[in-house]
Amino acid sequence: MALLQIAEPGLSTAPHQHRLAVGIDLGTTNSLVATVRSGSATCLPDESGRTLLPSVVHYSEAGTVVGHAAQAEQSRDPHNTIVSVKRFMGRGLTDLPDASALPYRFVDAPGMLQLSTRSGVKSPVEVSADILRTLKERAEQSLGGELTGAVITVPAYFDDAQRQATKDAARVAGLNVLRLLNEPTAAAIAYGLDNGSEGVYVVYDLGGGTFDVSILKLSRGVFEVLSTSGDSALGGDDFDQRIFCWILSESRLSALGAHDTRLLLTRAREAKEALTEHTETRITAILSDGESIDLILDQATFHEISQTLIDKTLLPVRKALRDAKIGVDEVKGVVMVGGATRMPQVQKAVGALFGQPPLTNLDPDKVVALGAAMQADVLAGNKGNDDWLLLDVIPLSLGLETMGGLVEKVIPRNSTIPTARAQEFTTFKDGQSAMAIHVLQGERELVADCRSLARFVLHGIPPMVAGAARIRVTFQVDADGLLSVTAREQSSGVEASIEVKPSYGLSDDEISRMLTESLSNVQGDIEARKLREAIVDAQSLTEATRSALANDGDLLDASERTAIDAALAAVDLATQGDSTRIVNDAAAALSRLTDPFAERRMNRNIQRALKGHNISEL
Amino acid sequence: MTLDFSQDFFALFGQARRFGLDAAALDAAYRAIAAEVHPDRYASAPDSERRIALMHATRVNEGYQTLKQPLARARYLLQLAGVDTQEETNTSMPAEFLMEQMEWREAIADARADSHVEQLEKLSRELAGDLKALEAGLTEALDGTTPDLDGAAQLVRKWRFMEKLDQEIGDAIEALLY
Repeated sequence: MALLQIAEPGLSTAPHQHRLAVGIDLGTTNSLVATVRSGSATCLPDESGRTLLPSVVHYSEAGTVVGHAAQAEQSRDPHNTIVSVKRFMGRGLTDLPDASALPYRFVDAPGMLQLSTRSGVKSPVEVSADILRTLKERAEQSLGGELTGAVITVPAYFDDAQRQATKDAARVAGLNVLRLLNEPTAAAIAYGLDNGSEGVYVVYDLGGGTFDVSILKLSRGVFEVLSTSGDSALGGDDFDQRIFCWILSESRLSALGAHDTRLLLTRAREAKEALTEHTETRITAILSDGESIDLILDQATFHEISQTLIDKTLLPVRKALRDAKIGVDEVKGVVMVGGATRMPQVQKAVGALFGQPPLTNLDPDKVVALGAAMQADVLAGNKGNDDWLLLDVIPLSLGLETMGGLVEKVIPRNSTIPTARAQEFTTFKDGQSAMAIHVLQGERELVADCRSLARFVLHGIPPMVAGAARIRVTFQVDADGLLSVTAREQSSGVEASIEVKPSYGLSDDEISRMLTESLSNVQGDIEARKLREAIVDAQSLTEATRSALANDGDLLDASERTAIDAALAAVDLATQGDSTRIVNDAAAALSRLTDPFAERRMNRNIQRALKGHNISEL
Repeated sequence: MTLDFSQDFFALFGQARRFGLDAAALDAAYRAIAAEVHPDRYASAPDSERRIALMHATRVNEGYQTLKQPLARARYLLQLAGVDTQEETNTSMPAEFLMEQMEWREAIADARADSHVEQLEKLSRELAGDLKALEAGLTEALDGTTPDLDGAAQLVRKWRFMEKLDQEIGDAIEALLY
């Protein structure tokens, strides 16, 4: 089916079933799931009609509760109610400036922190997976079938560790990730397609816990990200925190317990929301020691105490404009995304910087999920030839540690993805047989100021004098913005190579353990599920191969054709049986055989596309 | 006929192998090819096709970046002609050029010390003007009736110096803003 996407325009394509694909906005404060139905994107509501799912998970002996019900437990049981877990994704305990102020029992673990709850120690990946699973179930109930895949959005400014953790969470939730999509880019799709926009647009995305800004060039059918910047630890939550601190100082309070802290943070959030529509609001609460709080907060005071936060968002905006080499006067419009952009002082500051009122015609809470749903629809292959091209970038430079604790940049920030870059290194000592490779992400010169993504050692370098070995280190960033690194010793014909997926987060074993644990089924069900999945995958492969043969069979000679036909028959036979291994082996054999065919077909299609292009040029 | 991804980038995008380039034509060719090979087109395809798409899209992006930026394009043309630009090894520059470099550095350091962002922005614009002149020089050296490849290599080395200055200005602006 997917192969039909690249068939020559005008060729008839076999009718295919509409694949169920969704876009998921996994937010700090709220999460949403959306899909495209009869050509238009909509957010899917829960059984009470609510589309926003609070990103809150409550763990107790009675089980795991997600969303509104978990939110209700927040003040009563703060230790076991995890809010804003997105801030912990791909982060160690030392990365949190305010760990001691949070009501959680953190467990320091290599790579990523963990949380001790009443139902055991949880990784942020598992907590996020619980949120994703709730949305997956909502979507499957609402759409009446199993999902083919999902596009999950991430802040554009997320680094590799945070992206990897998000993808892992989706895997643990049993979702097939079609793509990780940057939130501002998703918003631009929803906005651009709705408005038929052309020109340079800025997406200002202030979410619950993250801030992103992306500069995009929109032209017919192409969304090109010119640059992106942001702060992955700045969002609406920080405005709540400012009000919270103001309450404390006004009421001369200090050292509150977890319960009172949570209560006042909730009141602070309510006050922030009230001040969007009203010039002042009343804050009342009764603390656990009986002390009552009754304050009036007006807009002017709120603006004053939050001014530095807004200024903090304008710096990445300037940086992104610089990187894109775009002047303020060249910007055609500024799209506001994220619930926090409802605050009037934010809109005012952005409007003043760009000299034009920002665009707020799409619901800032929903626009990311809607854009993700549109992209999921394309990636699942539900659209024909009228889809669009998305050219995104990596937000932060990638590099290697060199002598003296310095970082050598290998791929600069704002490179269009996918991208790869190779760099050669050599040995420092005579007879050196191993080399330590340390992969980093960030803009600073010193290793200590960048984020460490992975360390590995390349062994088996043949003994040579210092400087004679040629070690080629290749960085490959895929379309999800995820990095893999390969190192190869290539002098004297000896090749040693190792592939590393920077896993600040979890190993594959840990993922499958979580996946198994999350399926409360008995072993037999898991086996049955694996077989079913293998058959579905194998069938989609044979389906794709057959339509490829129908369209481009002439690219094969007779013996190649015979071999592929035989492999197809073998897969068909295997899918009638009940052995997962045989199905997988047969599919792998077919896939290997069709590799050269796939390459020839893709080349032919490119050739056709270019010819068409040249004709239209002339 | 298949499209050979190992051919040079000019041929890949159907552009004449010269320094002077029709940017709009390059953009159009890039978008046409990228639209065909982008991994998004193969998100639901079998692994083998996804792998090939990733490889091709990576190559196409690399080619586009190489041809789009004048410095990378000049360096690439020289590389195709078998000329080593000696950017790491050959640091001998005319005294006059080195004097200019020192003046630039002083101006940047002064503006930085004075926390003068507007002055830095002004320097950045001046530098962009100098780069335009270098670009004109490269066009003459590479596309002229009698190409001067050694002269072009020297201009590439000069550009490298200018690029470092631009980086310094950018760093100074960021340091002041953050």
